[in-house]
Amino acid sequence: MRVNFTVNGRQQEADDVWEGESLLYVLRERMGLPGSKNACEQGECGSCTVRLNGLPVCSCLVAAGQAEGSEIVTVEGLADYAKHRDDSHPGGGCGSVCGGTSLQEARQWQAKGTDGQTGEGGQLSPIQQAFIDAGAVQCGFCTPGLLVAADELLERNASPSDADIREALSGNLCRCTGYETILDAVRLAAARQEETV
Amino acid sequence: MAGTTTGTPTNVTQKHSKGGIGESMLRPDGTLKVTGEFAYSSDMWHEDMLWGQTLRSTVAHAEIVSIDTSEALAMDGVYAVLTSDDLPAVKNYGMEFQDTPVLAYGKVRHHGEPVALVAADHPETARRAAAKIKIEYRELPLITDEASATAPDAILVHENRDDHHSGHVPHPNIVHRQPIIRGNAAEAAKKADVIVKGEYTFGMQDQAFLGPESGLAVPAEDGGIDLYVATQWLHSDLKQIAPCLGLPEEKVRMTMSGVGGAFGGREDISMQILASVLALRTGKPVKMVYNRYESFFGHVHRHPAKLYYEHGATKDGKITHMKCKIVLDGGAYASSTASVVGNAASLSVGPYVIDDVEIEAIGLYSNNPPCGAMRGFGAVQACFAYEAQMDKLAAKLDMDPVELRQKNAMSQGTIMPTGQPVDAPAPVAELLRLVKARPLPPEQQWTTTEGSDVRALPGGLSNTTHGEGVVRGVGYAVGIKNVGFSEGFDDYSTAKIRLEVINGEAVALVHTAMAEVGQGGVTIHAQIARTELGVQQVTIHPADTQVGSAGSTSAGRQTYMTGGAIKNSCGLVREKVLEIGRRKFGSYHPAWANAELLLEGGKVVTDGGEVLADLVDVLEDEAVEIEEEWRHRPTQAFDLVTGQGNGHVQYAFAAHRAVVEVDTELGLVKVVELAVAQDVGKALNPLSVIGQIQGGTVQGLGVAVMEEIIVDPKTAKVRNPSFTDYLLPTILDTPTIPVDYLELADPNAPYGVRGIGEAPTLSSTPAVLAAIRNATGLELNKTPVRPEHLTGT
Repeated sequence: MRVNFTVNGRQQEADDVWEGESLLYVLRERMGLPGSKNACEQGECGSCTVRLNGLPVCSCLVAAGQAEGSEIVTVEGLADYAKHRDDSHPGGGCGSVCGGTSLQEARQWQAKGTDGQTGEGGQLSPIQQAFIDAGAVQCGFCTPGLLVAADELLERNASPSDADIREALSGNLCRCTGYETILDAVRLAAARQEETV
Repeated sequence: MAGTTTGTPTNVTQKHSKGGIGESMLRPDGTLKVTGEFAYSSDMWHEDMLWGQTLRSTVAHAEIVSIDTSEALAMDGVYAVLTSDDLPAVKNYGMEFQDTPVLAYGKVRHHGEPVALVAADHPETARRAAAKIKIEYRELPLITDEASATAPDAILVHENRDDHHSGHVPHPNIVHRQPIIRGNAAEAAKKADVIVKGEYTFGMQDQAFLGPESGLAVPAEDGGIDLYVATQWLHSDLKQIAPCLGLPEEKVRMTMSGVGGAFGGREDISMQILASVLALRTGKPVKMVYNRYESFFGHVHRHPAKLYYEHGATKDGKITHMKCKIVLDGGAYASSTASVVGNAASLSVGPYVIDDVEIEAIGLYSNNPPCGAMRGFGAVQACFAYEAQMDKLAAKLDMDPVELRQKNAMSQGTIMPTGQPVDAPAPVAELLRLVKARPLPPEQQWTTTEGSDVRALPGGLSNTTHGEGVVRGVGYAVGIKNVGFSEGFDDYSTAKIRLEVINGEAVALVHTAMAEVGQGGVTIHAQIARTELGVQQVTIHPADTQVGSAGSTSAGRQTYMTGGAIKNSCGLVREKVLEIGRRKFGSYHPAWANAELLLEGGKVVTDGGEVLADLVDVLEDEAVEIEEEWRHRPTQAFDLVTGQGNGHVQYAFAAHRAVVEVDTELGLVKVVELAVAQDVGKALNPLSVIGQIQGGTVQGLGVAVMEEIIVDPKTAKVRNPSFTDYLLPTILDTPTIPVDYLELADPNAPYGVRGIGEAPTLSSTPAVLAAIRNATGLELNKTPVRPEHLTGT
């Protein structure tokens, strides 16, 4: 079957989709957006969290066909989405349309020695920057889903209590950090948001 | 050229290079990881690639009577269906023992063992094809515990063993046995005023890294293979993969892909050989990604254990002796069981001075799931038991449990039961003091002006209590972990450092095979290079097998070892740079003859801060490159009868205080706070240090109250291979984790560092158990604690 939906502000189409394919699979393997992660594929870990018409969902539990005509935001589009939060048409910003990460790109990846301290700030949403600054990223596999969920929390609750943060992120497993730095990151993003208001 | 050498000397005010060691530098891969661009092994993609799928055994122990692949092969979109008969070369692999079949042949030895492989053009086609393979099994009797393993007529899990332990073990179903005898425990026991005994059970824990086993194998034109995988140790993989593919090692080119956590679970091979075999067979790139169900079968777990302990003490609280037996279930294949046995035995005494001990640890072969490396590696199980013993002993002596521990705490100079002196700081009593000195978290934090916030109560949003039946408890524990590879293993790491001028600036390139699994090695490596070479720009080359081995990212060794290798290679690069400098500028300034010259802020400076030359002018268009191996001081094997030997490289210590609230009616536990104190030697990156300590602490919390792979003792089948049924701590289950760390340098280690990743996983579990015991008065000899253990229902 063919599916059509908007991802990060850009109209996307995929052909020859098998009816059982999840939204996660189509994003990752057919639309070149592997940022959303496949950690459990049964809705327990939250690593695949995306916004579906504004709601945070586990994209592994949404059949691709169910997303027909929807607006999707993934981690790849989070910075633009945050920038245009008040705009009814979030800006584009997804990568080129191919499957996954090409070998060429993978080979060329290098950890750069100097960008860490600044995080190349301007390109990131406040929650993305806060995750880097607070040390909330270790292996990073849970990070995309947590970012989407945390950004949604801050959208509806600008100054969440610790209990609010814990409740909102309780569907996202992290195995590396013990969650303390994730709490720090959300608090930091909220505080920075307040400063700029 | 060389403008500064002839002018007025300039003092370099910044003594230490910015971004060097000791700073909380942020991750160089952070931006890629928060934007979704970082390529994990499951993100790999290749035009025309196929998907690999395994078929795993549905029974735990059986002869394979027949395998029929014809129906699967006939399916549209299926490119290959392989069994062990189709393997190109050596059929077994293994890290320490080559006992693990790539695909089962003859028989299967555990539930979920791979038996057949499919490659197809869509993952669902591959799954459906695998389901059409027909396997007939003839079931065999099961070995599931020590009694069945060592019974007189026990069936052997592995016949005709010829590994390096088979000659000395008391039974072929015992992988390894390590006794340690020191002093005379029987004689010393006579001096004891009180004796406590205990029998403890530690459940099987899963590493549960979030990034599933996955990768891409691409067949190359030269008949070799390019392999993109997530692993903890590229070169160990390579040694095991190449013989199974019938290829020389140079034709198996491995590149590290993004690793979604590891915790020991990626030290063994998973899909590496399977994907490669399919790629070589089909001539097409093959991607494999385990789903979570398969991941539970796709890697080894933490050894479940039975531990039998006896401690005695005089009435003033001095421990007289300790006897213990530790039985670790290694499951169907050895993995690192023998080393886990060595660790459990040699660390079974805990961080205490006990001169008279009788210790025995064994690792079993059984038909349970294979067990191997997980964070804490044999020391975790022992710590759970000896710390429970300390509390029992304190209760019997009517003594404060922290005071008892401090009274018997080891310190620098203590002799371990193996005869090895602890020759670096061992601040055990101080760590306990630190966690105890913290103010306790306020009582009844669930009380708000509007009533109870159930999120702060046991049961949480299930709304099971508003405070009624809830009792608080406090518990303490402390542990000792070895750092690095022990027992005479020739442990080394390799670092290639290149220093050259690019665009008018001196730039260092750091190339190692270190597996970045999330711990932050890439951050640390750049910091070390900056400190040693005085440059700002450091590029971290992707890890691959084009450089020498870095050893494993495990055992808390990587900052010590690969950090040490980088420091060492940078030192050699510096020597070469200074040689060039002397050649070019030596005659301009007498200080060039001084051996103590440094590289700081992109310049050659004297130890007094006087600038002699700019690196750019020294190097010009010359590049200095060094690749060198680096070793820690050698260790010794433990004697097989007495257990004596200087077996360990370094020791690490952490202590925890747990505060819990227990709903005693429903048996629900809320951990309110888990304070930790640890000696880290030297914090090269404080932010990463705290991240490691908190993360390790929560893995210990998990196995205290929820995490366990449940294996049916009647069938040896895994009953909960999913995140629905194997519970991991969520952010709601996790408490505040205040951290104190000490920096008492280990004089033998580079910068004085101490491996930090593992120690916090040890004492966290027994501290939580101690707190639950304190709240409920129950004995609780098994971890994880489940509601039924607390309610007796």
